[in-house]
Amino acid sequence: MSGEQPLLRLEGVSKRFTKHLDAAEKLVNLVGGRRREEVVHAVDDVSLDVREGEVVGLVGESGCGKSTLGRVVAGVHQPSDGKVIWRGKDVSGLTGAARRDALLKIQMIFQDPMSSLNPRMRVADIIGEAPRVHGLVPAADIPAYVDEMLQRVGLDPAYKTRYPHQFSGGQRQRIGIARALAVKPDFLVCDESIAALDVSIQAQVLNLFMDLRTDLGLTYLFISHDLGVVEHLSDRVVIMYLGRVVESAPTEALFGGPNHPYARALLDEVPRIDRRKRAFQPVKGEIPSPLSPPSGCHFHPRCPHATARCREEVPRLREIAPGWTSACHLNDERG
Amino acid sequence: MTTPNTQPGATPPGGSALAAAMPAVPPVESPLRRFLSDFSASWLALLATLMLAVIILIALFAPWISPQDPYDLAVVSIFDARLPPGSTSMDGTTFWLGTDGAGRDLLSAIFYGLRISLSVGVMSGIIAIIVGMSVGLAAAYAGGRTETLIMRVVDLQLSLPAVLIALILLAILGKGVDKIIIALVIAQWAYYARTVRASALVERRREYVEAAACLGLGHARIVFRHILPNCVAPLIVVGTVQTAHAIALEATLSFLGVGLPLTEPSLGLLISNGFEYMLSGKYWIAVFPGVALLLTIVSINIVGDQLRDVLNPRLQK
Amino acid sequence: MSQTSPVLQVEDLQTHFFTRAGVARAVDGVSFSLGRGEVMGLVGESGSGKTVTGFSLLGLVDPPGRIVGGSIRLGGEELIGRSERDWQALRGTRIAMIFQDPMMTLNPVLRIDTQMIEAIRAHAPVSEADARERARAALARVGIPSPDERLAAYPHQFSGGMRQRVAIAIALLNEPDVIVADEPTTALDVTIQAQILYEVRKLCAETGMAMIWITHDLAVVGGLADKVAVMYAGRIVEEGPVDAVLDGPLHPYTHGLVGSVPSQNQRGQKLTQIPGMAPSLLSLPPGCSFAPRCARADGACAVMPDLVGSGDGRAMRCHHPHLPPGEAAGGAIGETGRARA
Ligand SMILES: Nc1ncnc2c1ncn2[C@@H]1O[C@H](COP(=O)(O)OP(=O)(O)OP(=O)(O)O)[C@@H](O)[C@H]1O
Ligand SMILES: Nc1ncnc2c1ncn2[C@@H]1O[C@H](COP(=O)(O)OP(=O)(O)OP(=O)(O)O)[C@@H](O)[C@H]1O
Ligand code: SF4
Ligand code: SF4
Ligand SMILES: [Mg+2]
Ligand SMILES: [Mg+2]
Repeated sequence: MSGEQPLLRLEGVSKRFTKHLDAAEKLVNLVGGRRREEVVHAVDDVSLDVREGEVVGLVGESGCGKSTLGRVVAGVHQPSDGKVIWRGKDVSGLTGAARRDALLKIQMIFQDPMSSLNPRMRVADIIGEAPRVHGLVPAADIPAYVDEMLQRVGLDPAYKTRYPHQFSGGQRQRIGIARALAVKPDFLVCDESIAALDVSIQAQVLNLFMDLRTDLGLTYLFISHDLGVVEHLSDRVVIMYLGRVVESAPTEALFGGPNHPYARALLDEVPRIDRRKRAFQPVKGEIPSPLSPPSGCHFHPRCPHATARCREEVPRLREIAPGWTSACHLNDERG
Repeated sequence: MTTPNTQPGATPPGGSALAAAMPAVPPVESPLRRFLSDFSASWLALLATLMLAVIILIALFAPWISPQDPYDLAVVSIFDARLPPGSTSMDGTTFWLGTDGAGRDLLSAIFYGLRISLSVGVMSGIIAIIVGMSVGLAAAYAGGRTETLIMRVVDLQLSLPAVLIALILLAILGKGVDKIIIALVIAQWAYYARTVRASALVERRREYVEAAACLGLGHARIVFRHILPNCVAPLIVVGTVQTAHAIALEATLSFLGVGLPLTEPSLGLLISNGFEYMLSGKYWIAVFPGVALLLTIVSINIVGDQLRDVLNPRLQK
Repeated sequence: MSQTSPVLQVEDLQTHFFTRAGVARAVDGVSFSLGRGEVMGLVGESGSGKTVTGFSLLGLVDPPGRIVGGSIRLGGEELIGRSERDWQALRGTRIAMIFQDPMMTLNPVLRIDTQMIEAIRAHAPVSEADARERARAALARVGIPSPDERLAAYPHQFSGGMRQRVAIAIALLNEPDVIVADEPTTALDVTIQAQILYEVRKLCAETGMAMIWITHDLAVVGGLADKVAVMYAGRIVEEGPVDAVLDGPLHPYTHGLVGSVPSQNQRGQKLTQIPGMAPSLLSLPPGCSFAPRCARADGACAVMPDLVGSGDGRAMRCHHPHLPPGEAAGGAIGETGRARA
């Protein structure tokens, strides 16, 4: 594709969580127990490019590693393997001020509007703390700066002396957005940022995200399980299943006809207001545990097209059209 | 008031985006107001608070409100020893609660005793909170082996009766106000450590801590400015109840003769001194200090319980 | 006969909470009726009274809440004013509830078969073997594979989706006339939700059981329900057949809700949004509760509109409804709006 440098590039990023045995379990093992250390491959060898100004939707079922990937991107978690490359520089190689700047450029908007705000801090401190601590804004200008941020997200600056519990869910989410905007980010990771809001409030916050995109030129990684929202907002959609990316495609292409069998099942089954009571046969089976994912293609136990090869060999992500990749063995047969 | 992102043309009829988010945050009770109204919902708690306030005032102003200075040898006369409540001395002062074995006015002795008991309890409480809080926060934030190690020590400590620990320590250290405070701190810090760690673990997982990390704030700032203030409510509750325990423990130790020296007559010591007269029918010398101790501990506990009820389920809402 | 008479008829139901801060009219004059095999979606914002409505139908409202008025008729029998013992006999046999958290129904320390057999034998004199057979059949009906083995398992051995199915199976055991389901799939994944919605639809069609499905997801209602009732601040503001309501919402609130669902909008365009937020039940505006957020509000809205029915099974509560496309301004539904304007 174009030689333009992506804003953010993930190269083979993995994140594993290990649950170590505690003393009691070790004791059980001494007398013949079989407790083992459990390793969750929350994110498994994910590579991804995000161009400046793009909105990338990240979808997948619970536990497939969306939030973990979002946290790795935002610098909350360090990847176990692989590289996070921000504007051409490996973030783990940066130190001091350069590292801090890269960290601040990527901000996260969280799911739970209550627990993502410190209940003991006033709105003015929640928003003003980071710019003050990092010296982004002269101390004397902080109050005016906080007012500006509040207005930007559609809140009355008069509310800034209040505490988070005095706001509704939608307003709290706006405060969280203002807090992120206050450090002048280029990239927002939105992790289910509207899932906890009422339907009528979701539209307000989504509209705000779209306004911010046009006004500030922000780039988004938009994590959601609501395909309608993702379709509406994203330029490109990435679908994950049990820690791996199974398909990545331009939004219109994907919703026009997904390639991967899991993507097809997912798109088919999401209830949508414009598709009512069709006769359909939902995909069978439960989502396997990430502690012991199936061999080969993780989807094979539920896949209607699974073959012997799917049980043994991990399918690689292959480009099936320009800018469209999918990880399924069926694509090899089609040639 | 237009801001860059509110494009009036694009918003639906009925209000701009600004208006959309703003209207009607209903006027809310301030947290303090609500706390007070919830707290005073129980008359028992109010009564206990009142009682505790009186006790604290007495302790603070004992030298000025006591009928006599019970430890001024010039005032105390051995001829007034063991007078029953309501008696009058040779020089005409009335002993409302009687006198003890050395002829001291019992009411004054109790006032002074309260002063000593409360200050030992509160001092040890404050030090134990500081120690326990630091240890608990460190354990929760560090995690891993550090946490396991610290919590094993805490568990071990909590599995031994506090009296036993204090007895052993005092046997080694000897008597004295400083010694008993050290003993009480060592016997109690573990409760605070466990409490703080438990709530810090919960708080650490909350998204606002992740947000703070995202915003590049330092570890110290996250621990002390963000996590700690959210762990204070349970700490206050445990603190009140543990202070009552500390006072009772000090009384026990003094009663057993290993606590405070005779020069620092706390309530426990008064009870101990009066105990020998119980059998001879001079009940008041031990009973009145006992009642004072009981009232103190019960009222602190009631206040603590009410604090727990009011603070726990709410504040997050 | 029973084809036409409704299984459940609720009229002017009022459930209020008498709190220190004042009286919260959580349910304030809710009416609807439900025929055999019918699935009704009950939607509305958080706090609009959906759960309290469901609890009222099962006599589960606890103090400070109380049913203060109205009527609930199940198969023609009035339930309001019954004793707690009567309610207990009804619950599980004639009307059952499924909760968002299946562990509200399941006992974590008992095996599934123990719980299910107990639930059957508490209400009917059945032999243990027969009860077990019925339990097995119920598990199979909700799509649990190898139900014989699953009977001997404990709740924690099931995944979230499976647990919810077991809870549904327990609700089905005594073949109640009505099941109230309170957001049972909200916490589940889409593929699992799809499986459950699919099975529930089949069940209702096969057994003739009526169902009230509480949710705030209009898309779920569209995929599952025959009719829909939209609640706002304790009242039903619009009800009618699903297709009619979703395709041509009359009430401004429903209109806004349907409009704010992304798939109804052009990609990348701004969404229609309902301004403001839901009012506190303790300080409702006089007249129409939606007025502060309503673009169509005017002086007439200071008077609470009545729930007005139109011939086609639809009803709504508004002085100035959005008229269905093609209908003349003088249609039956425009009547109230014009009369008061
Ligand atoms: N801090 C952690 N320690 C241990 N395991 C974790 C941790 N965070 C996530 N996991 C595990 O990693 C896997 C992926 O979790 P993650 O939260 O990223 O999923 P998700 O896709 O965001 O799911 P959801 O849609 O439910 O939010 C899960 O199995 C989870 O249990
Ligand atoms: N125990 C209670 N005490 C006081 N008020 C209550 C109580 N239970 C419910 N309410 C009030 O009843 C109203 C309706 O609550 P309900 O739970 O029915 O809402 P809901 O529509 O189910 O919302 P959600 O979508 O959040 O579940 C709430 O606004 C609440 O204030
Ligand atoms: S690789 Fe095989 S199992 Fe996996 S999605 Fe493709 S066909 Fe199905
Ligand atoms: S009655 Fe008036 S305020 Fe209420 S919804 Fe209808 S138009 Fe809006
Ligand atoms: Mg997540
Ligand atoms: Mg509810």
